[in-house]
Amino acid sequence: MWGILRQKVGGATCLSPQGVGSHMLRLRPVTSALRNYSSAAKEMTVRDALNSALDEEMAADPNVFVMGEEVGEYQGAYKITKGLLDKYGPERVVDTPITEAGFAGIGVGSAYHGLRPVIEFMTFNFSMQAIDHIINSAAKSNYMSAGQINVPIVFRGPNGPAAGVGAQHSQCYAAWYGSVPGLKVLVPYSSEDARGLLKAAIRDPDPVVFLENELLYGESFPVSAEALDSSFCLPIGKAKIEREGKDITITAFSKMVGYALKAAEILKKEGISAEVINLRSIRPLDRATINVSVRKTNRLLTVEEGFPQHGVGAEICASVVEDSFGYLDAPVERIAGADVPTPYAANLERMAFPQIEDIVRAAKRACYRSGTMVATA
Amino acid sequence: MAIWMRKALISTAVRSLRTAFASHRNPVFISRSFGSSQQLEPFSTDDDYDDHDHESLDFPGGPVSYSCEMRFLPGSSEKRVQCYRVLDDNGYPLSSTQFQHVNKEVAVKMYSGMVTLEAMDTVIYEAQRQGRISFYMTSYGEEAINLGSAAALSSHDIVLPQYREPGVMLWRGFELQDFVNQFFGNKNDIGKGRQMPTHYGSNKHNVITVSAPLATQLPQAVGAAYSLKMDKKDACVVTYFGDGCSSEGDFHASLNFAAVMEVPIVYICRNNGWAISTPVTEQFRSDGIVVKGQAYGIPSIRVDGNDALAVYNAVAAAREMAITEQRPVLIEALTYRVGHHSTSDDSTKYRPVDEIEHWKTSRNPVSVFRKWVQRRGWWSDEQESEFRANIRKQVIHAVQVAEKTEKAPIGYMFSDVYEKLPSNLMEQEKLLRETIKRYPQDFPKDVALGI
Repeated sequence: MWGILRQKVGGATCLSPQGVGSHMLRLRPVTSALRNYSSAAKEMTVRDALNSALDEEMAADPNVFVMGEEVGEYQGAYKITKGLLDKYGPERVVDTPITEAGFAGIGVGSAYHGLRPVIEFMTFNFSMQAIDHIINSAAKSNYMSAGQINVPIVFRGPNGPAAGVGAQHSQCYAAWYGSVPGLKVLVPYSSEDARGLLKAAIRDPDPVVFLENELLYGESFPVSAEALDSSFCLPIGKAKIEREGKDITITAFSKMVGYALKAAEILKKEGISAEVINLRSIRPLDRATINVSVRKTNRLLTVEEGFPQHGVGAEICASVVEDSFGYLDAPVERIAGADVPTPYAANLERMAFPQIEDIVRAAKRACYRSGTMVATA
Repeated sequence: MAIWMRKALISTAVRSLRTAFASHRNPVFISRSFGSSQQLEPFSTDDDYDDHDHESLDFPGGPVSYSCEMRFLPGSSEKRVQCYRVLDDNGYPLSSTQFQHVNKEVAVKMYSGMVTLEAMDTVIYEAQRQGRISFYMTSYGEEAINLGSAAALSSHDIVLPQYREPGVMLWRGFELQDFVNQFFGNKNDIGKGRQMPTHYGSNKHNVITVSAPLATQLPQAVGAAYSLKMDKKDACVVTYFGDGCSSEGDFHASLNFAAVMEVPIVYICRNNGWAISTPVTEQFRSDGIVVKGQAYGIPSIRVDGNDALAVYNAVAAAREMAITEQRPVLIEALTYRVGHHSTSDDSTKYRPVDEIEHWKTSRNPVSVFRKWVQRRGWWSDEQESEFRANIRKQVIHAVQVAEKTEKAPIGYMFSDVYEKLPSNLMEQEKLLRETIKRYPQDFPKDVALGI
């Protein structure tokens, strides 16, 4: 591990000799390199998972650099880039003035010319100020240039609601970005997802939109020894069955995976065995895994925090109807956020997003176990 | 005939001498030599070689005179643009300054507004730390900008704030209880529980609701000003923004449009040195924002943002100019963000504590103005302690009342998405109420079902 890391840094040509030297001196062993294969499961927060993934990819490839507001001196608005400035210097951890459109465009330009930028949006709500660059400059460039310009860029940051942050800080962009050909859209849930998918995203030659979740940053998950290895990578476009079941398929992504798993526990006590699928990837969507599951359970419930119309659930429902219509024993249940801009007042906010109880009730409806045939909000 | 020949001769002479001295590239020398040629008519065929003073390129926007000297405009001038101030650090008027006095009523209202803002910030910040509200942003250090500017405006002027200008709403009569209701998102909140703390607005007070994404208020302000212009009202639009905000693309669009459309708008930039942890030296390399206003063809001034009277005077003058001349004006107020960016920030992590202390004590806008007001005999130490104790009690009381008030009712979740409640939302609301009734154990007890 040591040897490989050293070699890669030493081979860097874009750093000045001084830079390489100081980097060699500053090179600390990546934490994963020293974690040995013990039997006890290690726990890691999503924040540390993202941080270690960035660290390892930056160490492995000198073309990778991070850019965004507060990523350097401040250690990151949510501390995801903590320690990176000290380790890699201001040339590779770039603090920007406040202009999303500006630094997104600059990132794309640098990718055109061979660098591998990781652009951080303080929240994807602010990515809307840069969305023209994400779609028209990044997503479509490879196609429009007949393969001459590719854009190996990663746009990452927190997506969806946090807690008490109101309409302009709570929107989920999975459906928007998921509809654009040319982009890849990833939605990690656990720490293992965060590490594997971020590494895959950085190594991928295509532009990737990486949607994280602020409330998951502090959550701890067990990580396997394999996941801690610096060469660890998850395939893009493959969903994960988090929990096997036989009565109903529940698809979810990001924070909702946790909710779906808790709902599955409650449903088990009522005799319903739910299979929970962690999508991991919105585009490409793992239609195969979802359909295989529905063909087994015959019932489908989709869960997301975003707005209902034209949402991720709508796409999944259409996919299942197209591929597995004959296998459905009940109408598809779609759970999404309320069709309103997110209110701030705590009680209203709570009712604007899916709660575990909503998932349980919908699952029971799909299994013909609830007292009423009418769908409720 | 003779004149013709003379002209021809001189033109040859002009050309040969020019060629001879071309290498010297000394425009003074060349033009001096041909001083006599000024008496002759300019030769239409010799446009390239004419040095007549009034000879220039006729370009859209006005004539552009030529220069033989290749001179790059420097990126910044040696001396920074000066800063207008009225009071010195001890609250004494600088005798040479031209300024307009404020009367006792205005001065006391300004000062008490500044103290109220401080008190509200202190109590509410503590409340957030105690977990009673989710978020807050203080305005420490910028009280003079808040109240000095607000006092110079009329109630008809439309204000588009950024988020650190609650003093403007205070001046216009927005009550403490209204502020605090908004922080708690209760049923009395004028904002119907929709917005995060400090994201207020009030039609009644002509303050457009705060929008979080930075700089979006700037082009919006120009649009509003355009509408005012069409209505020919005796009012202008005033929009606030910070130093960091000026990096956004919308800042460029806004200033450019305001100048081209010739709208009555006053831009007030609170250059407080920091954008979260980004200092101005990393935000831009120009001499602040005042030169940017000029770059767009907008008359601009730099003022001491910690001097309430300077701010007042500059805003009053700018407003007058904007309305009578129907044009944009820009004010850059230099100040310091004494507090953290918000309750999610700890600024001691990225800036020296003694820097914060320095601005908090020796350059405090509230104490400077207090000295001036007291010297005029309009305020006293007694009034000071009485007022401070009183206002703190008022804020705390407002917090207690707001906390006990029921949260925003369910109806507020669905209303105002559109002008009229659409059928799908009516349905959702009905179903939600039914669900709550049927499964009360799944919902918190403080869900207000009213409205």
